Amino acid sequence: MKLPPYAALLGASIGSEDGTAAPVLAMPFGNDVTGRPGFVHGGALAGLLELAAITALEHALAAEARGEAGFKPVNVTVDFMRGGREKLTRAQGHVSRLGSRIANVEAVAWQDDRDRPVAAARMNFLISG
Amino acid sequence: MEMLPIPFDPKVFLTDCQDGHGGRLGIRYVAHGADWCELALPFSLELIGHPARGVIASGPIIALLDMATSVGVWMKRGGFLPHATLDLRVDYLRPATPGRDVIGRGECYRLTRSIAFVRGIAHDGDADDPVAHVAGTFMTTGAGV
Repeated sequence: MKLPPYAALLGASIGSEDGTAAPVLAMPFGNDVTGRPGFVHGGALAGLLELAAITALEHALAAEARGEAGFKPVNVTVDFMRGGREKLTRAQGHVSRLGSRIANVEAVAWQDDRDRPVAAARMNFLISG
Repeated sequence: MEMLPIPFDPKVFLTDCQDGHGGRLGIRYVAHGADWCELALPFSLELIGHPARGVIASGPIIALLDMATSVGVWMKRGGFLPHATLDLRVDYLRPATPGRDVIGRGECYRLTRSIAFVRGIAHDGDADDPVAHVAGTFMTTGAGV
């Protein structure tokens, strides 16, 4: 699975893949993703969540042998729950429904403890082909 | 004790503050008013989210709108007051045209003591044909609130 150039700008990469669940993305803390001093920028967190959602959708389409299908984001809703601190942020998406035209995808981002998310997103995608 | 907003010039603030994520994206000041702010996101190949189509990722557009609406809140409050984004919803109306800068305009249309309600658009040249629409809220985080 290949991430787009924007992932490199964020410093995000695929951290772990276990085959069945969507891959977990990892984004180290650094100046390029800093917002107010000492905290991850909300836009960088949202960008990481979107990449996780897109990665989960590609993963789910591939599992249904629809890996060639294209898709476009329709919208995203991001909830910011905690400030992201100066440490590694992880994110994973989950496709809650994969239809022929629309996919509903959730993504969550966390740092030390997955049960204490820093941000979460819901995305809707329009699928073509 | 309640914190008072600290007046500032967003043009100076955004021009001097080229560090961090906003600086990495190259986000720059365009204009502001009593309750709004307009910022620009220069096109860059590094922002590409769909290599086959040459379209920039939607993440940088959220970062742009987060910053533009955030400054819009400070304009309406009469100055800087620490706050955090509570939520943002972005509708992607159409892909941004490859090669074009994206302008983000954020407006604060309602303020309470704790919450600021914002809305805005992103466009790539024609404000009547936006690429994205945003709605969201910020909450104050300063002491005494």
